[in-house]
Amino acid sequence: MELICPAGTPSALRSAIDAGADAVYCGFNDETNARNFPGLNFSRDELRKGIAFAHSRGARILVAINTFPRAASVALWQRAADDAVDAGADALIVADIGLMDYVARRHPTQRLHVSVQAAAANPDAIAFYVESFGARRVVLPRVLSVAEIAEITREVSCETEVFVFGGLCVMAEGRCSLSSYAAGKSPNMQGVCSPASHVAYEETAQGTTSRLGGFTINRFAPQEAAGYPTLCKGRFSTAHGDGYIFEDPVSLDATMLLKGLRSAGVAALKIEGRQRGRAYIESVVRHFRRALDTLEDGNEADIVSLKPFTEGQASTLGAYRKTWR
Amino acid sequence: MMNPSAASGHLPTIPPLLALAIRPLPLLPLQFALDGFLQRIVRRNPGLLDRLGEHRRARFGIRPLDLPFAFIVEAAPPRLAVVRELPQRLDACVSASLANLLALVEGRVDGDALMFSRQLMIEGDMEAVLALRNTIDDAGLDLAVELASLFGPLGEPPRRSFEIARNRLTAPRESR
Amino acid sequence: MQLSLGPVLYNWAPERWRDFYFRIADEAPVDVVSVGEIVCSKRSPFFADHLPDVIERLQGAGKQVLLGSLILVSLRRERRQIGELCAADDVLVEVNDLTCLKSLKGRPHAIGPFVNIYNETCAAYHVREGAARICLPPELPLSSVAVIAAALPDTVVEIFAFGRVPLAISARCYHARLHKLSKDNCRFVCEQDPDGLALKTLDQQDFLTINGVQTLSHACTSLVGEIETLREAGVGSLRLSPQDCDMVEIAKTFRDVLDGRSSAEAASGRLSGLYPGVAFANGFVRGKPGFSYA
Repeated sequence: MELICPAGTPSALRSAIDAGADAVYCGFNDETNARNFPGLNFSRDELRKGIAFAHSRGARILVAINTFPRAASVALWQRAADDAVDAGADALIVADIGLMDYVARRHPTQRLHVSVQAAAANPDAIAFYVESFGARRVVLPRVLSVAEIAEITREVSCETEVFVFGGLCVMAEGRCSLSSYAAGKSPNMQGVCSPASHVAYEETAQGTTSRLGGFTINRFAPQEAAGYPTLCKGRFSTAHGDGYIFEDPVSLDATMLLKGLRSAGVAALKIEGRQRGRAYIESVVRHFRRALDTLEDGNEADIVSLKPFTEGQASTLGAYRKTWR
Repeated sequence: MMNPSAASGHLPTIPPLLALAIRPLPLLPLQFALDGFLQRIVRRNPGLLDRLGEHRRARFGIRPLDLPFAFIVEAAPPRLAVVRELPQRLDACVSASLANLLALVEGRVDGDALMFSRQLMIEGDMEAVLALRNTIDDAGLDLAVELASLFGPLGEPPRRSFEIARNRLTAPRESR
Repeated sequence: MQLSLGPVLYNWAPERWRDFYFRIADEAPVDVVSVGEIVCSKRSPFFADHLPDVIERLQGAGKQVLLGSLILVSLRRERRQIGELCAADDVLVEVNDLTCLKSLKGRPHAIGPFVNIYNETCAAYHVREGAARICLPPELPLSSVAVIAAALPDTVVEIFAFGRVPLAISARCYHARLHKLSKDNCRFVCEQDPDGLALKTLDQQDFLTINGVQTLSHACTSLVGEIETLREAGVGSLRLSPQDCDMVEIAKTFRDVLDGRSSAEAASGRLSGLYPGVAFANGFVRGKPGFSYA
């Protein structure tokens, strides 16, 4: 199984490859990718150099152009695709049907991956992308169990890629407007969830309160482990009680499922976190490289704690275990 | 190489007694040295601040939680002031132990991980802080090397002294 | 401009559901009605018996009927349902997930607000593949709506004009989770909340609404004050999403403004009376946070 690792900066890209990534995914420093954060991502020149570095080490670069182009500005996204192809990208990760259609026509030999943001959650939806645009791989949404992943992988004619570590969307990806409801910016349109520009932390004697667009998302006691100020992992109040109504602040960690995912026929494992620092990239990539190598040697993956890197200092198997639902 | 501390526990803090002992010291010599150090780092690393983008004019307060003073840092032009109390009118403020702040500057710890474990506090303009964090993380600074460069050909002894001090400061608490 | 009624998103008792549509057929001045369970496949058997009667009554009253597809399709049983739905050729399917397109490609269909169409290129693709009407995603700003509508002069472009806005869909059921039940053994607790379950912030600020696997806004979209702007932008239809209030009167209120019998201000006041205690919002269409209202 191929190990696909995130990079938000050229340094992180090099770290990921040094730590054992088979491929690195990254995006341009604008709204064309779903991690459009300040100070993050690649200029055209940085991408070209990153691809040269990766290829010299036998690694591949996948370029994520996975937001939905804004009306009347579609050319910006098409240019990003053209430039990524020119730079020698090994694959484009795309979510918008219009853009897929463009890439399939303009760059018919370019390898196309269906982004998780496209939310292709079953064989029929995946077949649509394969038949219409020649997609070679689909990144599966984080709403499926391992058994369902195996079933899908058997039935579709393209490769499947699944997330094994990092931030866990609780809602179906690419189909969530919670962020734009509270803060006016969404993953689909601007490439940000819970944008930093609308996040405020207030430190008081009782602890830390996080707010998004003025809405209280959480309140942490002074020593309590915290998470991102994302809506789906906030603490809220209902008539049936207060608490984490959607999901606790946790990160996905599927180290224990690697063998099952291999039996399921999954082609690639993906680590989330283009917004994270080099220290995260290096540790997490090294961990999964070792786990995969151990697996190849016929042994069980050894369990090393990645807890310090997880939200709320806790991990989950998420939807991979059916009871999560 | 990444410091294993990030994966295995909290970094140590300056003992309160030591912090108390350095409290009466005058700040101006420290400010002079650190400001010069910052200017030099920016000069030696062209393009370092490009990632800050529109946030290059931001004023950051940096508060080492285990020291009796704090820093005000500006990127363009590079400027560093040492103060006893941070003023109100800053764009953003970052608080953590000195060891964690140094590890962050060198990209040896992950800022999000520090936030999750409540070892890093951020207030103010989150975009500016993110831009700063990403800028520094990409820069791949090695403070020992930067420090040595201050001393030109005589840089090896101060580099080694800093590395020893850094290793002592950033060894994980559990292993000591 | 047309008025359309979206599908009931909440888990209503089957008889109530049937009677709701009978009354819509008899009294509501809407042109198009989309029916069917699109949120949770476990609920659909309850309505299946009444569905043919409802469709017949609506069609008999001259309404165009659309059959909505499930929003999130992952189970084998759900795929089979979609297959059967798409095989029907007497009713137009409203596609809420691209799963349908595998078989509907090239045949006339409608597109619901759960398909990601954010720009004119993507919209044109869908029209080429047979989309005759498109209800755009609720988070789209007017500037995008106008560009898309201008690019598709022969397609009815619809926008979400009344109701709590569907914001997210999940594999996890939050009603079951809140009642400490598993999704497979949920006892259909969502039926206790025919207008959704209110979710507030820790500071008791109204925020969201839970509806099983779906999350909606707390605020109720109301674009009754934007009708002129929407018409100029080329919008051809306004979607009203059923809430637990008098939807016939809501439809009449919108119709009165469309036909010039009522001012937007008067209509707005009437809507507050018909759906009391819920804040209105129009932020999305104005390119602002969705909860906001101006």
